[in-house]
Amino acid sequence: MKNLSEVNNPYEDEKVISCCSIFGMMSVEGRKYSGTQIMTAIANMHDRGNGLGGGFAVYGLYPDNRDQYALHVMYLHREARIQTEEYVRENFTLVKAERIPTRETYGVMNPPDLRRYFVDIPSRRDSEISEEDYVVDKVMHINTKIDGAYVFSSGKDLGVFKGVGFPEDVGRFYCLEDYDGYLWTAHGRFPTNSRAWWGGAHPFSILDWTVVHNGELSSYGTNRRYLEMYGYQCTMHTDTEVLAYAVDLLMRRHGLPVELVAKVFSAPLWSTLNHADEESKQLYMSLRLVYGGLLMNGPFAVIIARNGEMIGLTDRIRLRPMVAAVRNDMLYLSSEESAIRLISPQLDYCWNPRGGEPVIGRLGEPLKERSLSAA
Amino acid sequence: MKSYVQPEFEVIRKADRCIKCQVCARQCGWGVHSYDAEDDIMQAQEEKCVGCQRCALFCPTKALVIRSYSGNYRPNANWTDDRIRDLIRQSEAGGVMLTGMGCDKPHTVYWDHLLLNASQVTNPSIDPLREPMELTTFLGGKPDRIDVDEGKLATRLPPQVKIDIPILLSALSYGAVSYQAQEALMRAASELGTLCNTGEGGWPKNLRRYANNTIVQCASGRFGIDREYLELAQIVEIKIGQGAKPGIGGHLPGEKVTEEVSRTRMIPEGTDAISPAPHHDIYSIEDLAQLVYALKEATNYEKPISVKIAAVHNSAAIATGIVKAGADIVAIDGLRGGTGAAPKIIRDNVGIPIELAIAAVDTRLRQEGLRNNCSLIAAGGFRNSGDVVKAIALGADAVYIGTAALMAMGCTLCQKCYTGICNWGICTQDPYLTKRLNPEIGARRVVNLLRGWSLEIKEMLGGLGVNAIESLRGNRLHLRGIGLNEWELEALGVRGAGN
Repeated sequence: MKNLSEVNNPYEDEKVISCCSIFGMMSVEGRKYSGTQIMTAIANMHDRGNGLGGGFAVYGLYPDNRDQYALHVMYLHREARIQTEEYVRENFTLVKAERIPTRETYGVMNPPDLRRYFVDIPSRRDSEISEEDYVVDKVMHINTKIDGAYVFSSGKDLGVFKGVGFPEDVGRFYCLEDYDGYLWTAHGRFPTNSRAWWGGAHPFSILDWTVVHNGELSSYGTNRRYLEMYGYQCTMHTDTEVLAYAVDLLMRRHGLPVELVAKVFSAPLWSTLNHADEESKQLYMSLRLVYGGLLMNGPFAVIIARNGEMIGLTDRIRLRPMVAAVRNDMLYLSSEESAIRLISPQLDYCWNPRGGEPVIGRLGEPLKERSLSAA
Repeated sequence: MKSYVQPEFEVIRKADRCIKCQVCARQCGWGVHSYDAEDDIMQAQEEKCVGCQRCALFCPTKALVIRSYSGNYRPNANWTDDRIRDLIRQSEAGGVMLTGMGCDKPHTVYWDHLLLNASQVTNPSIDPLREPMELTTFLGGKPDRIDVDEGKLATRLPPQVKIDIPILLSALSYGAVSYQAQEALMRAASELGTLCNTGEGGWPKNLRRYANNTIVQCASGRFGIDREYLELAQIVEIKIGQGAKPGIGGHLPGEKVTEEVSRTRMIPEGTDAISPAPHHDIYSIEDLAQLVYALKEATNYEKPISVKIAAVHNSAAIATGIVKAGADIVAIDGLRGGTGAAPKIIRDNVGIPIELAIAAVDTRLRQEGLRNNCSLIAAGGFRNSGDVVKAIALGADAVYIGTAALMAMGCTLCQKCYTGICNWGICTQDPYLTKRLNPEIGARRVVNLLRGWSLEIKEMLGGLGVNAIESLRGNRLHLRGIGLNEWELEALGVRGAGN
């Protein structure tokens, strides 16, 4: 089996430490716009990264192929591409294959071969597992079994673009000004180790989930061992991977709404629950008892997105920054307010969400301050 | 027969300080000190001294020093003084050598080979004086998932018992320990918001006022179990084994079965109370399942059922079976766990250290996907809050302490618990001795100890950068081994320090 941690974690640290800038913007009316603005915003937080990782996620990206899974794959060598393409043909119905358009950019060096594939699920397949589990299974196979190949985006109507460099350079490299989407997230990375791998940049993605994350989970060991019980192999040794799998487990497999997932990740203090009504108390207590292994303890600010939804969340004692702002149909989430003000000087609301209190934007739901946050 | 046994201790009486007040003679239940009125001198029979230090501490003029006997046999690494003495004693008495408390042999104490982590730069440490720090723990099995129907909770959890600190007071049965000792422990548990285990000797009626903080035990002797016993308790624990004497039953000599002990244990006064080695209705796992469910039926499925076993070589597989048999809690007692009486050869040679057992059981339960379906309580020789934190990081939900609580009340580990004489009034039924232990003061000392430990645990959690105990549970990345072999690191599931 291919050891992903070798590329992502060259010194075999117990986990990869990296801190960062994050930014998210969403039109709740589904209005689409290019990547120019988010590149400007994330560039304003240049000093929060160190040029060893930047990336973007775009939703509403592929309207012409919105029913197909869009696989973005990076290859370190030709053999990897040949093997992967063969595997993709065997397991999916390939609709379209192409190079991901890039341009030579100062500050982005040694890019891997970047391709994308639009695929359908073959009609004849093992009906025991869901379509989504089927895709996850195949993606995991490529990522762990085929040497030199890494799928970094696998959802419908969305794409992840990431690499080693400052995020604004990575954005230019991928020609993001040419794409339109209604929801964008971005990430600038500051890993403490100097060797960086393209696959290790954020956003981290599985199916239509993407996660950009600024933090260091002191509970990583507990979280990881909890997820391992449910079959998730944390091969990348990063906090973000743990968050993404936890979201997948709680929302997709256990069907919990995002408001309650926030109460798992940033559980209300027992002393707070003492003042809650009996029903909420029972609910939050049960969540904490059952999912205590997924309490994300330690500093984090995270933007989780999926089709039609963007969620911002910080740890319960708010050890990482996150600012939220609203202007007309736009919801902004950022590590720093300055980045928001740069692209939208006029704001209807701008506030610091409380620790553990999710900020949620949903397509078709008008934005209001505070009411965005779940109780 | 002349005894060839050398005394273990020396009594040094400073003549210039001794005022012949005879406090020492009255304090010593062993009859070491006596006053010779004819010659007006204090005398000592050193061979009777157990080294409990009671006389030295209570001597008003500090005239007494009790120290290890200074004479010795020819040094021999194989035949230590201790072994020579045991052999001579046994050849004079015949029979099985008994002892009390936990194993005192120098088997590796893994707590001393594990180091904790702390936050620096990339994540902040949390100051428990300024920020909330949560130690609250819930004992009981948890389901694998929560179902929510239109925002409403649709999953009902099995019974859970809340404890404010992840430390419970271990099973010390009435009969083995005094009523006063048990009252002190129960009172301490209620003040601390934790639980105290009655042990297998029944539950004195007057102590049932501490029902909200009590675990009751159902052991192979089935002493003192009645309807109220089960109904009032928070948790019912089936005792299969004990770390100090795995595979061995219990034997409370008839002399300790006083009228009150007889009433509480529901056996005739003055008769030996025998706990068979196995439960004679449990010869395999399916039999255990029947008892687990019999107790669940009897308690209307309202209480977690715990099963306590001694840490032995295949604990991991046994613990898995216990969870599959329906138990909500698995309690494991390690090699260094205490006892009121055990054959010395068993205590010192049977079982495995609790550290290795926690690691093996937690890992196996995770591999089997059962870890959340039960709580894991570790027992056996916890000496300080560092040991507790390391146990939780290895995978325990909470720990039982017995020896440490007794030491808080005065016990000095003289290991004579099996004799019926305890100068500290803890492990005896002799009213002259038991009245020395004031339950209120005993409770105060235990509460002080565990308050201190709780504060220290909060400091360590904060240092690790977490503010809830569940983020430490099973978090072996916060542990590093030092001075351990590869196999030991692997068994514990930790990396070596510096790595």
